[in-house]
Amino acid sequence: MISAFFIFNQKGEVLISRLYRTDLKRSIADVFRIQVVSNSDVRSPIITLGSTSFFHVRVNNLYVVAVTKCNANAALVFEFCYRFTSIAKSYFGKVDEEAVKNNFVLIYELIDEIIDFGYPQNSETDTLKTYITTESIVSSNIAAEESSKITTQATGATSWRRGDVKYKKNEAFVDVVETVNLSMSAKGTVLRADVDGHILMRAYLSGTPECKFGLNDKLVIDKNDRSGGGDAVQLDDCTFHQCVRLDEFDSTRTISFVPPDGEFELMRYRSTSNVKLPLRIIPTVNEIGTTQVTYAVTVKANFNNKLSATNVVLRIPTPLNTTNVDCKVPIGKAKYQPAENVVVWKIPRLQGGQEVTFSGHAQLTSTTTRQVWARPPIDVDFQVLMFTSSGLIVRFLKVFEKSNYQSVKWVRYLTKASGSYQIRF
Amino acid sequence: MSGQGGQDAKFFQRGKIQEFRAELEAAESKDKKFTKRKTVLKKIVANITMGNDMSPLFTDVVQSLGTPLLEIKKMVYLFLVCYGRQKADQLHLVIPHFLQDCNDRNPLVRALAIRTMSYIPTPIVIEALTEQLRHCLKDRDPYVRKTAAICVAKLYTADPRKAEKGGFVEMLRDLLLDSNATVVANAVAALSEIGDRQDGVIFKLNLTVANKLLTALGESSEWGTIYILDSLLRYIPERHIDAEMMAERVIVQLNHANSAVVLTAIKVLLYLMNYMENRKLMEYICKKMGPPLVTLLSSGPEVQYVALRNILLIIQRRPSVLKNDVKVFFCKYNDPIYVKLAKLEIMYRLAREENAKEVLAELQEYASEVDVDFVRKAVRSIGRLAIKVQEAADSCIQALLDLMDTKVSYVVQEAVIVIKDVFRRYPGKYEGIIPKLCEHLDLLDEPESKAAVIWIIGQFANRIENADELMDDLTYTFLEEPTEVQLALLTAAVKLFIYKAHSDTTKALVHKVLKWATEDVDNPDLRDRGFMYWRMLAINPAVAGEIVLAEKPAITTDADRMDRGALDQLLLHTGTLGSIYHKNPETFIRNATGRALADSPALNPLSRQVLVPASRPNLPLPAIVVPGPGPQEISQSNGTNGSLVATGDPPEPTRNGSTGDVARRRSQESPSNEGDGDDDDDDEAPVSSRPAGGDPYAGLDSAFGGSYVADEPRPQNQDLLDLI
Repeated sequence: MISAFFIFNQKGEVLISRLYRTDLKRSIADVFRIQVVSNSDVRSPIITLGSTSFFHVRVNNLYVVAVTKCNANAALVFEFCYRFTSIAKSYFGKVDEEAVKNNFVLIYELIDEIIDFGYPQNSETDTLKTYITTESIVSSNIAAEESSKITTQATGATSWRRGDVKYKKNEAFVDVVETVNLSMSAKGTVLRADVDGHILMRAYLSGTPECKFGLNDKLVIDKNDRSGGGDAVQLDDCTFHQCVRLDEFDSTRTISFVPPDGEFELMRYRSTSNVKLPLRIIPTVNEIGTTQVTYAVTVKANFNNKLSATNVVLRIPTPLNTTNVDCKVPIGKAKYQPAENVVVWKIPRLQGGQEVTFSGHAQLTSTTTRQVWARPPIDVDFQVLMFTSSGLIVRFLKVFEKSNYQSVKWVRYLTKASGSYQIRF
Repeated sequence: MSGQGGQDAKFFQRGKIQEFRAELEAAESKDKKFTKRKTVLKKIVANITMGNDMSPLFTDVVQSLGTPLLEIKKMVYLFLVCYGRQKADQLHLVIPHFLQDCNDRNPLVRALAIRTMSYIPTPIVIEALTEQLRHCLKDRDPYVRKTAAICVAKLYTADPRKAEKGGFVEMLRDLLLDSNATVVANAVAALSEIGDRQDGVIFKLNLTVANKLLTALGESSEWGTIYILDSLLRYIPERHIDAEMMAERVIVQLNHANSAVVLTAIKVLLYLMNYMENRKLMEYICKKMGPPLVTLLSSGPEVQYVALRNILLIIQRRPSVLKNDVKVFFCKYNDPIYVKLAKLEIMYRLAREENAKEVLAELQEYASEVDVDFVRKAVRSIGRLAIKVQEAADSCIQALLDLMDTKVSYVVQEAVIVIKDVFRRYPGKYEGIIPKLCEHLDLLDEPESKAAVIWIIGQFANRIENADELMDDLTYTFLEEPTEVQLALLTAAVKLFIYKAHSDTTKALVHKVLKWATEDVDNPDLRDRGFMYWRMLAINPAVAGEIVLAEKPAITTDADRMDRGALDQLLLHTGTLGSIYHKNPETFIRNATGRALADSPALNPLSRQVLVPASRPNLPLPAIVVPGPGPQEISQSNGTNGSLVATGDPPEPTRNGSTGDVARRRSQESPSNEGDGDDDDDDEAPVSSRPAGGDPYAGLDSAFGGSYVADEPRPQNQDLLDLI
């Protein structure tokens, strides 16, 4: 298991260093600095030298690093690094060099608690915050009783929730966020299109609420009512936060759970059938001789005209030897970015049904060595509110609690793409 | 310190021991809220972080233990964990504080005390700890018990004899039946750690305990779930039904959000499937495993990488898991390079006649990208695709020829290397393209590609009109070439001579090359081969021709799948480092424990046939080997519930086949049994016979001339001491 945990800044300086086992010395940090931080061509997140393995994850300007001397469970080590990052984020708001330096004592306290002898332990932020706080605690002042409550929770069956949560107004917010991945060939055929869905929940509910959550999941709909199966969604796979009772989902496909207090990711899912592509891109790119390239890139908003796509950004690649690009756009702004060899076209808002075209003309310098232009794909980022590419709908969220209070539930939908909506040309 | 983040960055400055000592002394007085003390301790912790030796402050810092602030206590404890072992002679100063904390009313403080003590493995602390630990393992608070369980593992690492004599292993075993799932999970983790030591107790599970652990799964934290699932590999099913029932309870974990839970659950399922006979259930399990594996590809790139390397193994053993999913492995333009390379390998594995067209189109796309390694591998994959899928060969060859037109040196070289294999796979079909290859001779500057084209020229010298001219040019630099190229040149020259024995130029050429090889070169291989050819040609040129140009065995792609027995064994390490490097951990990690499928009446016959017993570690053992427990303890631990079997010997491999060679030889002798009636996936090729070497994976690398896996991840055999 994990023998040591480090955080490095970009320069390779150690910001946090904790050894959990005596099989390593602190100087092992120097090896990581040489092998990874000062190496410009790192080609793996895991480096094994002799029996020692370095696992690293880059977060902003930091390296979060775990070192092992055994045949460690690699997935576990990376999941732990991710978890550490999310805990730090929840404690300090952001995770960067400044935040780490400003809170290093607290981080030492945290990593002493969430790993023991290299074995990750309870890492639920909600529970951790009850006994690892930024305020000073006088040890004799913590009533033993209070601590027992904490320890019971930290080791209990619902380690993610305190029992004594109280809200005046009981509310639950559900955000369905879908990321569409698209890869379209130059001929306009869809090579792959799939949806990564995340269902995020913010639960502000008193007591120990028992929740039931329902989607238009094809498997459930087909089983229950034969009539309304038309708009059901076929999910390829779904995974759940540890609060969801997996055995119940497996047998009846109902999603039931006691939620953590506050924000958490309830569920992730993946769908590949009937993916609705919100934006259709039709590129025509012609290389005229060796000195010119002409572009005509059409964007078509393929959804209900009551909705609109926002923050649409197209990145249209240009050859490396481009000197200048004349851009003409009917909407938004398009600008040639020589440093990245792309034209960036930003459209703040695009209404459903709308169709707009970028036309451009790139001038190239003549080069002596004729190198074939690799033609990287056009990349599109966007967001569409109240739209799901998969067609997924939340059918219900029921909350049951002893005190039988009324609760208000809100649902939002968002479909977005960032860096994974790609059209070849 | 305020809520959203502290302001401690200012303490990140190098300081002097003297200053800190003075500040600590100053904090003795007029420091009601202990702010002064807190400040100086923070400075000290920051300096420890920066690598400044703060150990001279030991006695001064320890003074602060009397302060009733938990925050200060934790900082002092951190200091002790860092320097305790260095200052063993002064640790007695701290022991009373530790003991007091061990008996604090607050469970968090009790746990903190034993946790910290067990991080300082010096005799005096261990002595104090053993007594306290005994109580803490039975503490009424589960938090203390779960901490104590891990402490036993630490104690065992520090002093195995003491831990065993003190009966701690038995106490841990009792914790397996604890009412609290977190305690159970940590006890399992600790026992697994102890069980993985080569000098220790063997940790096995029987059905009752395994079932009990499965029940605890429902209430475990995600990490606990991983420890428990992992331990299920220590249970050996005796009946098919046991394995099947257990698998049904593990399947639900495939929907867990934590990728490590998913991969560990898959490991358990793959393991249990070796002991099943219900084909329907096995098909169901395979079907269930596919989607979660694909979902892992939406995680962070690091987890994706782990998943991809594992998928590559899993689909070799259970092809039905991801049969129809090749598209999800298509590379995104902005995937990190390690993800792309791993995906490429999987795409090749999943390529079949039905999807070959799509796969080829993708590979062509990749061949124009920027990263050299990736492009090379894409080009090679096109050639491998041609070899694997006959129906796609024509279009693959056309694709390779188009790529050669780019005249990008590394693209051309890769293309030449694979085309050589294509010629061997489809004799008499594509030789028409040879002239095209010869156009690019001047672009070849790497030994492998040069050797490949030389082989082609020699082998088909009868069809290449100017073969003698080309060879003459190529041999011009004979003496400067690397051995690989020299060997190829030598053989090609001989072939050329055999084809065109009457030409004076070829005669002169072969004479020149043979003379160089035997007289001017130091390499014994080259010299011996030169002499051999020379003698053969001298004695009987006709017979020599028959030998040199003998029919070659056709190339197939069967050779690049891993030996089934080795695969079974490697899959026992799913999710771990071993699965990233596709190597058994004991072959590259010191003191790592190998795993092997254990024989039992339920083990399916084919798995048994190809069983590879756990190999003995070939890394040097540590200098001191602590013997295991004596026979006394065996009876003791067998007595209660049999969940632990203690013995002094290392794990006995298996009953049949005491060495790897025996087991493997069996599989070669009875190829007719393969494929019928066992659990094997139907479309799986029969177990290929492989030269029985020490390393069962040796064959994997040799599939296409050795360097196919050149860009595979691998551990480096570098001694860290050289680097520090």
